[in-house]
Amino acid sequence: MIDGTTNHGWMIEVERLTKRYAAARAVTDVSFTVARGEIVGLLGPNGAGKSTIMRILSCFMPATSGTVRIGGCDVFSQSNEVRRRIGYMPENNPLHRDLRVREYLQFRSRLKGLRRARARERIDTVMQQCGLTDVRKRIIGQLSKGYQQRVGLADALLHEPELIILDEPTIGLDPNQIRAVRQLIKDLAGRHTVLLSTHILPEVEMTCSRVLILHQGRILAADTPENLQKEMSESGQVIAEILAPLADLQACWEAVADVVRFDMAPAEGDYIRCSLMARTGVDVRPQVFALACEHGWPLRELTRSRHSLEDIFVRVTRPDREEDV
Amino acid sequence: MRAYATLVRRELGAFFVSWTGYVILAAVTFLIGFSFVLLLKSLRGEATAVPLTQLFYDYLSFWFILIILAPVITMRSFALEKASGTYETLMTTPVGDMQVVLAKFTAALLFHMIIWLPLLPCLILVRHYTSDPSAFTPGAVGSTYLGILLLGSVYMAMGVFASAITRSQISAAMVSLVAGFTLFMCSFLGAIFPTQTSGLGMFVSYVSVMDHMRDFAQGVVDLRPVMFYVSLTILFLLLTWKVVESRRWK
Repeated sequence: MIDGTTNHGWMIEVERLTKRYAAARAVTDVSFTVARGEIVGLLGPNGAGKSTIMRILSCFMPATSGTVRIGGCDVFSQSNEVRRRIGYMPENNPLHRDLRVREYLQFRSRLKGLRRARARERIDTVMQQCGLTDVRKRIIGQLSKGYQQRVGLADALLHEPELIILDEPTIGLDPNQIRAVRQLIKDLAGRHTVLLSTHILPEVEMTCSRVLILHQGRILAADTPENLQKEMSESGQVIAEILAPLADLQACWEAVADVVRFDMAPAEGDYIRCSLMARTGVDVRPQVFALACEHGWPLRELTRSRHSLEDIFVRVTRPDREEDV
Repeated sequence: MRAYATLVRRELGAFFVSWTGYVILAAVTFLIGFSFVLLLKSLRGEATAVPLTQLFYDYLSFWFILIILAPVITMRSFALEKASGTYETLMTTPVGDMQVVLAKFTAALLFHMIIWLPLLPCLILVRHYTSDPSAFTPGAVGSTYLGILLLGSVYMAMGVFASAITRSQISAAMVSLVAGFTLFMCSFLGAIFPTQTSGLGMFVSYVSVMDHMRDFAQGVVDLRPVMFYVSLTILFLLLTWKVVESRRWK
């Protein structure tokens, strides 16, 4: 995590943010900060409050209580100043489907107050950046979803905003398009601060430097993907596939003190697949290897299973359920 | 100011990139032309001293066009953007709420004035074939168009307001249709309260939009109805502004 003693380093400061709709609470007492140049992912199941937070950040609607500052400006009282600094792509990427790509970007650049010469230069740059140059004369409504998504991204980048807010930027795209969009987002790191929301876990794992896990309007965990993983793999399990008699293996694992629990299942070719649950903080892989050598058992696989964010996500969003191994 | 001009151009352009604009234009041209066919037929029967603009107005297609088409023109202004989500991208750019409201109103009013252009050649044609230069004066045409502009402003402002309070274009059209028809029906209050002297009678004459428009079509510009329409327009624009702003109320 980035340490900030002064407020100047923060791009986003959210303090005790609460948003109540007529009947339900969408966001409850959420606080977080994002430093300049970071790519932060808001991760959560549908209805967790991601879009609500993004709409408040982009000045589309006010919070019920709490304060939000973007680059030191309050989103409520200095709304215009904030809107100049952000590029926002809402959920489902709404566009004027009757316009041509270039026309649309021209229209948006004027709304965002870019001067004519600068607008022309920026439009060319973002079209190149997003791979839109070939379709600049096509009508947006007739473009494929992948291209439409890029038009939305290009619009968000148009005025070189300090902060880019993307609500589900890869939803509905095919794997190749998703990869392209992710790469584009990664390329923005450093020059821009990016806040993106998703409910697809590998996405944050791949693109974000920090993850905020949101569930039912509250932040449950906030850390780098690596740290979250480390936390989980402290009590990691090891998988070993060994060709040996079952009884011998069983006796063997029982003798190793570091193995807390184990589980064995036959694998193809008479091998036995052993899942070993080690004591917290201990890596039992060298011991397994030594044992196999000692007995002369062929060992064809030895891995520590990495917890994906998926496990972390399931664990933190369902605190009532015991972690199953 | 540049954002305002951009928005007006975009709104006006939206009528012409789709079929909507052309269909409305064709329908209005047909109705105006039809009125003139009837008018010419009756002119053949007997001579009249009434100016052509007023003769046309008396065929009531004017009201039909205004009451039916105002909702059609304005229903999309906010409701469509809200439904498609572009409202969110629009309102998160550094453009003021009032600029958005004014731009949508201006574009609707401009389009409304465009659909009334076919009236001009019709008038000129009739004058040409009756070879009577006194059929209408430029003044009468001017005041007729002033009336169209003023009534148009009121109806467009009501329509934009109706569109701002909903995300369904149909609801918006229904609300503005009812409002527009109600305003029109106010003209018949005179039949219920015929007394011209009482305060109520005065009020009835202030809101009698049919009588006002007849005056405009005759070439009579009375300042009272002008003020009435300007104030009504401003009222509805302010209401629309408040509705747009209410998004940001806590």
